[in-house]
Amino acid sequence: MKNKGLAVPYVAWLAIFVVAPLILVLIYAFHDGSRFTLDNFRVMGTYAAVFGRSFLLAAIATLICILIGYPVAWFLAREGAGMRRIATILIMLPMWMNFLLRTYSWMSILENTGLLNTLFQKIGLISLVNGIFGTNYTYFSMINTQGAIVLGMVYNYLPFMILPIFTVIEKIDPRLIEAAQDLGANSAVVFRKLIFPLSVPGILSGVTMVFVPSVATFAISRLLGGGMVTLLGDLIEAQFLGGAYNPYLGSAISLVMMVIVLVCMAVMNRFGEGEEEAMLL
Amino acid sequence: MKKILSLILAVLMVCPLLTACGGSGTSSQYPNGEVNVLNWGEYISDGQDGTLDVIEQFQQETGIKVNYNVCPDNETLYANLQQGDSYDVIIPSDYMISRLIDEGMLTPLNFDNIPNASDVDPKFLNPAYDPDNAYSVPYMWGTVGIIYNTTMVDEAITSWDSLFDKKYAGQVLMINNSRDAIGVALKDLGYSYNTTNQAQITEAVNLLIQQKQNGIVQAYVMDEIFDKLEGGEAAMGVYYAGDYLTMYENNQDLAFVVPSEGSNIFTDAMCIPAGAANQANAEKFINFMCSKDVGVANCEAIGYSSPLMSVVEALDPAITADPVAYPSDEVLASCEAFLNLPEDILKFYDSEWLRLKA
Repeated sequence: MKNKGLAVPYVAWLAIFVVAPLILVLIYAFHDGSRFTLDNFRVMGTYAAVFGRSFLLAAIATLICILIGYPVAWFLAREGAGMRRIATILIMLPMWMNFLLRTYSWMSILENTGLLNTLFQKIGLISLVNGIFGTNYTYFSMINTQGAIVLGMVYNYLPFMILPIFTVIEKIDPRLIEAAQDLGANSAVVFRKLIFPLSVPGILSGVTMVFVPSVATFAISRLLGGGMVTLLGDLIEAQFLGGAYNPYLGSAISLVMMVIVLVCMAVMNRFGEGEEEAMLL
Repeated sequence: MKKILSLILAVLMVCPLLTACGGSGTSSQYPNGEVNVLNWGEYISDGQDGTLDVIEQFQQETGIKVNYNVCPDNETLYANLQQGDSYDVIIPSDYMISRLIDEGMLTPLNFDNIPNASDVDPKFLNPAYDPDNAYSVPYMWGTVGIIYNTTMVDEAITSWDSLFDKKYAGQVLMINNSRDAIGVALKDLGYSYNTTNQAQITEAVNLLIQQKQNGIVQAYVMDEIFDKLEGGEAAMGVYYAGDYLTMYENNQDLAFVVPSEGSNIFTDAMCIPAGAANQANAEKFINFMCSKDVGVANCEAIGYSSPLMSVVEALDPAITADPVAYPSDEVLASCEAFLNLPEDILKFYDSEWLRLKA
């Protein structure tokens, strides 16, 4: 604590690369190149559909991440040290490869002539479905759909859900569980009254780490969604690198997005705090 | 501590290896200053597969160091310039050149220093994007058309109409940028690419919306189209002639056509941004790029078409006889170049594009 000087490099880094850009975004959002104005926000209503879709898809992806990630973290935390290490490496492993490459390979997996459809054809699944439902598929449409976008989000961000939950569950004092069992709680009650409430902070940080990048993604929607729908990330990118070059509007959209995300997070954290207090009582 | 020390030593030992591979000599090797070049990716002969390394050759001949950069598209180039990046030579496309000229972002060239520019075919002189021929020297040109898989269609494709034909549902790839995609619909309706009539643009976008709602479009793509067409994932798509030649090498079932309604002819030309630090070196570089041997090497490496007469003569006749790379004057006459659009129309394009994609 005495050596505050040690923090200077990082504080300077934060100031230059986080705070200063944020201030620029703020200024740009209220500017139109010649004067300060609110015009950028007046047109925001036109993008309501894009905002709605982005938040919906990100929310679905986050929910799926919780449903898949929580059990994984739970079982992982109960394994021995060796198993944990191997599993953690396996969960992290995909992240050692570039994000775009990983997403690109999903394209070849999901395409109409891709790996999965070829597999389905070989094992007769497609003709089976055609036989049962009287349909006439030659492949299942998977790529270029909103489902594929959600899949891409879940695949890319799932580790960020598993790891924080795992860390929290791992730290739960086993004596608490023993005490609960001594007092007659069966395993369902132990989970509901003890483990789950104690793991809420992990879920919350997992939600933040999955939801925020999902809302802002643009590579996933382009590669897996086939560019069929615009998400917030695409919209913002188009303002900076599109034909109309309007960094002011782009900044305004970014700002609105950040504010909505912050509000979501604040509401959630409030909810989280409530849980913890309930525990203490 | 020992472990950390040995790790540091190991890293230090590897460092010289990396710099030996990556470094390209010292500045004393280049007594005549430098030139900062911004080009598209894969758009120059770079010494791969035994081709001529154009940049290295220039450095050796002139003693000028080339700082070579690439960027993905005109809009990114424009954003880079707006943000104050300094380049000495840029190679934007026609409509972006006229926008840069309009906004005073280019320097007039001194053609006394670019004698090789006299080799440019007169039909590329005084183009609509640079009517006084003051700011640009054309580098490469080409057309946009429909690339289709002959095994997946039962007719020869000749018209933009095929892209809107329900029988190709789920089989059509459209370009994922507003100017090109809306342009396809404008041409199909018989309008100009450069129309500023909002009703015509709206009509074109309505056609695209119908095309999307009828499930004809499989996806809106840029360079992902290479994989998708080569792999037979889609029957047809809209893209550049030069890139078709690359795709054809990997899949001989593909064919290219400039639709009968006419299409886009684009020219990428070398320019010097306003306020460039090394104008004299930039003009030397442009002149070098216009020399015959360099032009031939570039054409052979990237597959696009050269506006230089001596280069076209020197190229393998099999290439220059190919109507894909060098279409007939008749086809060329049906083609139209993109011009810069007024700002309100550019904004209108953006909002219409969102109407399609929202």
